[in-house]
Amino acid sequence: MILVVAEQRGGALNPATWETVAAAQQTGESITVALVGADVQKLAAELAAAEVAEVLAVEHDALEPYTPDGFVAALAQVMEKACPELVLFPHTYQTRDYAPALAARLGRVFIPDCIASKVRDGQRVFVRPMFQGKFMADVLPQGPAPHFASFQIGACRADACARGAAPAPVREAAVEIDAAAIRQRPEAPFKEAKQAVDLTQAERIVAVGRGIKGQEHLPVAQDLAKALDAELAASRPICDSGWLPMDRQIGSSGQTVAPKLYLAVGISGAIQHLVGMKGARTIVAVNKDADAPIFEVADYGIVGDLFEVVPAIMAALEGEA
Amino acid sequence: MKIAVCIKQVVTRDWPLRVAESATWVRDDDASFEMNEPDAYALEEALRLKELLGGEVVVCSAGPARVSQVIREALARGADRAIHVEGEALAAAEADAVAAALAGAMEGESFDLVLTGLQSDDQGFGQTGVVLAERLGLPHATIIMEVDVADDGGSLRVKRELESGWFQWVSMPLPALLTIQSGINQLRYATLRGIMAAKRKEILTVPAQSAETAGQRILELYVPEKSSATRFIDGSAPEAARELVRLLREEARVL
Ligand SMILES: Cc1cc2nc3c(=O)[nH]c(=O)nc-3n(C[C@H](O)[C@H](O)[C@H](O)COP(=O)(O)OP(=O)(O)OC[C@H]3O[C@@H](n4cnc5c(N)ncnc54)[C@H](O)[C@@H]3O)c2cc1C
Ligand SMILES: Nc1ncnc2c1ncn2[C@@H]1O[C@H](COP(=O)(O)O)[C@@H](O)[C@H]1O
Repeated sequence: MILVVAEQRGGALNPATWETVAAAQQTGESITVALVGADVQKLAAELAAAEVAEVLAVEHDALEPYTPDGFVAALAQVMEKACPELVLFPHTYQTRDYAPALAARLGRVFIPDCIASKVRDGQRVFVRPMFQGKFMADVLPQGPAPHFASFQIGACRADACARGAAPAPVREAAVEIDAAAIRQRPEAPFKEAKQAVDLTQAERIVAVGRGIKGQEHLPVAQDLAKALDAELAASRPICDSGWLPMDRQIGSSGQTVAPKLYLAVGISGAIQHLVGMKGARTIVAVNKDADAPIFEVADYGIVGDLFEVVPAIMAALEGEA
Repeated sequence: MKIAVCIKQVVTRDWPLRVAESATWVRDDDASFEMNEPDAYALEEALRLKELLGGEVVVCSAGPARVSQVIREALARGADRAIHVEGEALAAAEADAVAAALAGAMEGESFDLVLTGLQSDDQGFGQTGVVLAERLGLPHATIIMEVDVADDGGSLRVKRELESGWFQWVSMPLPALLTIQSGINQLRYATLRGIMAAKRKEILTVPAQSAETAGQRILELYVPEKSSATRFIDGSAPEAARELVRLLREEARVL
């Protein structure tokens, strides 16, 4: 049996949950979904629509709000009773926060950030990116079951999740939690004060990455943005270095945009960047490395030195104006 | 406050990496190496906390002899001393094995605060810190963008990054472990004086103890198959640029 750990916050399921259920369904094994929180019956019923054998509602007052200590304690008990062979998670920030501790507590392996699983020489292996997506690895989990793995956001499509003919049974899984043993005291999530720039409305975006080398070269990208009547945006390292303000960052921890044109210069295309821009209608990438992962999502690509290519684009724009 | 910072040495970002003959790791014997990026931010945060509260910053790094390079660099930036858990196998070890090696060397030190980076640039497990917390019996919080230590020095309030621009403050007692996100602060670089001073600082080298660890074995490492329909535009920069502008105008109609 495969156990999928669903994720919810504030009365809504994280849509990545459906992707992970879809990944589990592809194995053809029997699936149980576990949902953890204080009051999860309604969402458990929602999950029961998927083609799965059973939904476990893991409820306890001490499980809301989320804490790693609470979730590790609860899920360790669930694992001991349910005895799954494999436990799958969506690779969210929450999973990153507690799943490694859960696996370590149970002495089990956790293979994170997978994009697929497949059978190789009769054994189930997991495919995950390494070296910032430059390589993929087929990874074989070792040691006793259950093995733990998480699936990268977007690795499976949520709409590939099969619906059952009838709702799956929802069962309460009782857990004992000592609220006093939970060491983290979380406060309510918040967003920083209203952002100065709203890139979500931009029709055209020029995004600059670490290929720009230094802050002193930023005008290269700024001028191109101006020439294209585009907003300037950036990958995370550019904002981390303080070269551009944080509200120009695109990606999982920045803004998610879907402009008509997204022109990425000197950006490698890490998954955390791609999730913020792959919805753009036309994507152009300029990168000196023909193997850069950004070309996996680009419609048009120029392999070359941005310090030559960008001025040439400017000249071409002027030439035809 | 006694602070440990876990630092990993990784292959330099621009190094043209190739898969090794064995097809289970990369060819890195002639590579150049650097400090894993978020670890540099973790070190900076530790140095700032020390400046504010006093105490000591101890660099902990697990790996073969070559990792002394990043240890020296951390000492030059201002760390006080270092623990090097040495072992050839640690160069390509999985998160649990590295956490076990680090935990073994750190146990006797009773650190008040342990900082790690959020994720390594090479293996990218994003879990060594959390597993280390579990092995050391410490509370933890991940993806941290701000650290406040309470006046009495007994607890922490930290700002966690959540997805899509959300954040959350979390409090917890000390000792604790935090995984630090890039961009939490602005980095300082080593000064000549720091580099000179680092030469006199202590590096304690200890062998990795053997421990039971959960394993994941790389069966094969390979360049991902290209599935994209990218239209590559060839030619000199001016030729390619002209063709791109034409395509954006006439085919994509986005200009
Ligand atoms: C939890 C988490 C959240 C994250 N959130 C985000 C996020 O929201 N947004 C984000 O962007 N990242 C995010 N990241 C970081 C992400 O993983 C990558 O590290 C980052 O996106 C890399 O930025 P980059 O492409 O600019 O730099 P690099 O990966 O260093 O790539 C630079 C690129 O420039 C190319 N280049 C170099 N010189 C030239 C030249 N002269 N001409 C042309 N090309 C050149 C290189 O070939 C390379 O492909 C996050 C990471 C984590 C772990
Ligand atoms: N060999 C190592 N030595 C010291 N610290 C490490 C080592 N490997 C990982 N770490 C720490 O754990 C963090 C997360 O690494 P990873 O789990 O590999 O993504 C890194 O940012 C480092 O702070």
